[in-house]
Amino acid sequence: MNVTLRVWRQAGPNAPGTMVEYKAAEISPEASFLEMMDVVNEELTLAGQEPIAFDHDCREGICGSCSMMIDGLAHGPNHGTATCQLHMRSFEDGATIFVEPWRVRAFPVVKDLCVDRSAFDRIIAAGGFITAATGGAQDANTTLVPKLSADLAMDSAACIGCGACAAACPNGSASLFTAAKVTHLAELPQGQPERYRRVVAMVAQHDAEGFGGCTLHGECQLACPKEISIDTIARMSRDYLMAAAMAREEKAGGGTG
Amino acid sequence: MTRAASLWSSTVGKKIVMAVTGLIMVGFVIAHMAGNLQLFEGADRINTYSAFLHGPANEVLWIVRVVLLISVIAHIVSAYQLTMLDRAARPVPYVKHELQAATIGSRTMRVGGVLLAFFIVLHILHFTTLTLQPAPLTEGDVYGNVLASFRIWWVTAIYVIAMIALGFHLYHGLWSSVRTLGFERGRLDPFKRPVAIALALVIWAGFTLVPVAVFFHLVS
Amino acid sequence: MELRARVPEGPIEEKWDSHLFDMKLVNPANKRKYTVIVVGSGLAGGAGAATLAELGYNVKCFCFQDSPRRAHSIAAQGGINAAKNYQNDGDSVYRLFYDTVKGGDFRSREANVYRLAQISVNIIDQCVAQGVPFAREYGGRLANRSFGGAQVSRTFYARGQTGQQLLLGAYQALERQIGKGTVQMHPRTEMLDLVVIDGVARGIVTRNLITGAIESHAADAVVLGTGGYGNVFYLSTNAKGSNATAIWRAYKRGAAFANPCYTQIHPTCIPKSGEYQSKLSLMSESLRNDGRVWVPLARGDKRRPDTIPDNERDYYLERMYPSYGNLAPRDIASRAAKRVCDEGRGVGPTGLGVYLDFASAIARVGEDAIRERYGNLFEMYQRITDENPYKVPMRIYPAVHYTMGGLWVDYNLMSTIPGLHVIGEANFSDHGANRLGASALMQGLADGYFIISSTIANYLASKKLAPVDTSHAAFKDAEARVAEMTKKLLATKGMRTVDSFHRELGSILWEYCGMTRNEAGLKIALEKIPKLREEFWRDVNVPGSADTLNQALEKAGRVADFFELAELMCRDALERKESCGGHFREEYQTPDGEALRDDEHYAYVSAWEYVGDGAAPILNKEPLDFEYVHLAQRSYK
Ligand SMILES: Cc1cc2nc3c(=O)[nH]c(=O)nc-3n(C[C@H](O)[C@H](O)[C@H](O)COP(=O)(O)OP(=O)(O)OC[C@H]3O[C@@H](n4cnc5c(N)ncnc54)[C@H](O)[C@@H]3O)c2cc1C
Ligand code: HEM
Ligand code: HEM
Ligand code: SF4
Ligand code: F3S
Ligand code: FES
Repeated sequence: MNVTLRVWRQAGPNAPGTMVEYKAAEISPEASFLEMMDVVNEELTLAGQEPIAFDHDCREGICGSCSMMIDGLAHGPNHGTATCQLHMRSFEDGATIFVEPWRVRAFPVVKDLCVDRSAFDRIIAAGGFITAATGGAQDANTTLVPKLSADLAMDSAACIGCGACAAACPNGSASLFTAAKVTHLAELPQGQPERYRRVVAMVAQHDAEGFGGCTLHGECQLACPKEISIDTIARMSRDYLMAAAMAREEKAGGGTG
Repeated sequence: MTRAASLWSSTVGKKIVMAVTGLIMVGFVIAHMAGNLQLFEGADRINTYSAFLHGPANEVLWIVRVVLLISVIAHIVSAYQLTMLDRAARPVPYVKHELQAATIGSRTMRVGGVLLAFFIVLHILHFTTLTLQPAPLTEGDVYGNVLASFRIWWVTAIYVIAMIALGFHLYHGLWSSVRTLGFERGRLDPFKRPVAIALALVIWAGFTLVPVAVFFHLVS
Repeated sequence: MELRARVPEGPIEEKWDSHLFDMKLVNPANKRKYTVIVVGSGLAGGAGAATLAELGYNVKCFCFQDSPRRAHSIAAQGGINAAKNYQNDGDSVYRLFYDTVKGGDFRSREANVYRLAQISVNIIDQCVAQGVPFAREYGGRLANRSFGGAQVSRTFYARGQTGQQLLLGAYQALERQIGKGTVQMHPRTEMLDLVVIDGVARGIVTRNLITGAIESHAADAVVLGTGGYGNVFYLSTNAKGSNATAIWRAYKRGAAFANPCYTQIHPTCIPKSGEYQSKLSLMSESLRNDGRVWVPLARGDKRRPDTIPDNERDYYLERMYPSYGNLAPRDIASRAAKRVCDEGRGVGPTGLGVYLDFASAIARVGEDAIRERYGNLFEMYQRITDENPYKVPMRIYPAVHYTMGGLWVDYNLMSTIPGLHVIGEANFSDHGANRLGASALMQGLADGYFIISSTIANYLASKKLAPVDTSHAAFKDAEARVAEMTKKLLATKGMRTVDSFHRELGSILWEYCGMTRNEAGLKIALEKIPKLREEFWRDVNVPGSADTLNQALEKAGRVADFFELAELMCRDALERKESCGGHFREEYQTPDGEALRDDEHYAYVSAWEYVGDGAAPILNKEPLDFEYVHLAQRSYK
């Protein structure tokens, strides 16, 4: 099949960018979207041009590297899939496909379709963990975790940190990412001691990174390759409210990140 | 960080403030709507009710006014601040951005909110202070004032439009505020929010009924 | 070169404990004064960096991805073994030790494996404390599943995403330290050289992948946790970025490379669908519990599978291994698939595939039961192939999955260069010639959380290290070397892309040093690879410049190393005139096609020593003794 691509090209973080048109000819419908991009890049290379930079690694939807806004939708038209799991058979022959990087202030463009997502790492560093230094843990079965809690925790823990939620959100909010981690840890008994401190610190970092607020548009949930539910955002909000209401939770503020 | 500060200092905190103040206003609006519907029971009924509010229940009325004023200010200030944060969060727009989940309600919260703000000011100048008099209005005669006003097509039109804005605002706001306060109810799916939709419809219909009925001389 | 394994004296059960006591400690106030470089943020590197920082060392951690959370450990699916015996089915540390040594076909070091089995228990405790959401029973206790190569149920799992959850646990611990400022994280930074001063590893040279800056980092010890090199085959289940560069360049600075030819080929992967294919996806081996493997009897039979009558099908595993049938072990199943495809009976567009058919299982237990067991796998298969495996048989083919070989390390996980430690898949330590399922995650975390943190202290406390900084000539030399290689790659401006070379290298290696090997083939490969390498340096086209993000340049450097590594793999495979585990030499097999070990001559670790470009590397041998698990032929009949 043949498609026309309109791809965002930007030489560096501070360089101006623009959409550039490319033709991808004789692509197998069985090829993945990234394999189609590989073919285009091979041709660009042989034609003496710079290939299109894009992040990718595992190519099976788990590492969270790939990140393309395809035809205005984060990770493209299919639900529950990352860009690398999208195949060309999802497009019509002859289609024109827009490909852009994630656009959020907190994710500055590094080059072409690559953005800097270190803001997510800093949100985790601010509180997205359970303090449990190596060694000295008690036998694993002394902590009982109801199956339902383990399953719910796992649902949220499945987040791959791709950033599609923030990319798709009309407000540029990374609430789904932040809430997924808050929910994962708040759902487990091990996460209780730091529960309220964690949510305040993570939300503070989320805001400090320049992400917007959630107004519950719900776009993030449909863009999320792991189909993480916006129920997690409600849980985050509840824990935040509880943190504010509980006098015990002293000066949680700021986080360390 | 003190508790109050943490509620004001973050996007999540501000959203909680919006939800609480929004729900306070919802409470008022429902009561107000119930009050307005007494119009259909005749002039005496509603004028007595008004007289009661401004007479024996005057202190209560003032408390309500103060709470509402604080609410509306807090609601508007946080709405404004959040909007600015959200705008700043995406300085470079997409060339192509498709929305697939956002509803007309969620997308029109800001526009609708601004409309409502204008409406509320106009509305108080109109019926409470009687500063704006599209037709001659008399203090104490709520029934007469309403009838006189809504016989004028553009007054009715303004109210009807404002009530559409209110309906959409509540269609999203009723559903989202509950989640903001931490209640999760299944997945985001328009058919799972029937309660919010029904309530928004009732409020919209309850308000719209009065000007429309007056305009079409169903009340005289 | 002398290979001193430094295995502690004493009975195997006591070795690690007594070693822990015998090792020197660094007092808490002094730890701050030491800088440790950890390259890699996977299970091994991430856990190691976090733990070393918790203990008080200054840690600098590096990864080439944009976040430490994306290391390829994230992709592991099945689970992690631990000798908890929660199921009361007779498991024990000793049994896990035994299974692992036997599974490795008697080519691993007993003492290391025993320690691994011991520590496995602590890993689960640690991970649960961190909030890893392992699967649970209704009563709240941990659930287990069974895995290949064991008769007990000792595998802990988190849905099909065990690696992800374990890695996120380590990543979160690492981020906590980054937040506290005890770890300096360098994402999107690739290690391109190791700096050895006075015979001791003192730092690394890196390229900042965004700015292109070549930078030096000095330290008191260097730890490599850079993962496996399966990508030398181009197509593998590894991530696109997985590479051998860090360990290869360390090899060239003097670290011995052990058992490079030990490669694990996984039998159930989704076959390649065309030339454009960039990587292969693993399908859990558990599918073989209910699926029947077959190909058409006639070669070149292109009929739709459901129109081929039963008597024209060859259920070859059931035919050749009547007692094990479709559950024949990994290496055997892989080789059998290759054989039938080589005969021209393979299926699918490329002819490199066999059917894994669930029709009879569905007829027997119903579609719902099958969906219950494998629903998510079927979904994944359908997403990739657009075929419905409930209706059409799956097509599978073996693929490169794991590399048991790696840098040689002693019991302390230190390479032959003092101060250079190697952990995780990057070292050769625990799996011998074949790794059992669910044991790589265990090894990565054992190395990272529990072993390196103690053995590094011993190293630092026993050694008087002169202070060095990056102005030292050795750093400048290494920087110059790296810059020169970069320049050379960019200057060639030939006619072929990096990928085209990599693909060709991969197919040579797959053909001659893949599932089966023989002397003639290896010799051909040893002729072809250097030729192709020369062509690469003559004719490669690396576009762009050195001072920005340049993914083609990154690839080119990695592929350049793969050429050299591929040659060493073939050399190692040629030298090892026996079949063991993943290394199957056609000349050495039992009459019924089983791997035939030669314990008398080959019960050793091959540790290759670099002696300069163009010169043949030297083979050093670490003899292996089996005191506890007695040498025996693995048999599956
Ligand atoms: C698809 C798949 C499924 C698997 N399933 C299982 C399973 O179920 N159970 C099991 O036990 N094992 C499984 N394995 C094996 C196991 O996942 C790996 O062996 C293990 O995770 C390797 O961990 P690691 O920390 O050694 O390396 P990795 O996780 O690969 O980490 C390597 C790190 O090194 C960094 N790095 C590499 N080179 C450089 C460089 N030059 N400069 C800077 N940084 C560098 C990378 O950025 C990364 O951070 C599976 C493997 C695959 C591929
Ligand atoms: C068609 C719809 C409406 C009608 C006919 C209506 C009518 C009236 C009337 C007659 C009064 C004066 C009552 C009195 O002085 O006793 C009044 C007061 C008021 N109305 Fe409405 N109203 C409508 C909608 C709304 C809405 C949607 C809001 C809020 C969003 C609102 C907010 C108020 C407020 C704040 C007052 C002043 C109460 C006070 O402090 O005395 N009204 N309204
Ligand atoms: C006075 C002018 C008003 C403005 C400018 C305004 C603006 C907004 C904005 C911007 C939001 C956030 C949008 C979102 O969360 O999607 C919002 C939410 C909301 N508003 Fe208003 N609004 C106004 C009046 C009202 C009134 C009169 C009511 C009730 C009758 C109300 C009820 C709510 C509710 C319930 C929410 C949802 C809060 C949440 O989801 O947490 N608002 N408003
Ligand atoms: S919540 Fe979903 S969309 Fe957001 S980062 Fe995680 S996986 Fe990606
Ligand atoms: S799309 Fe944005 S507004 Fe909230 S529900 Fe998702 S973060
Ligand atoms: S490349 Fe790893 S998730 Fe897409």
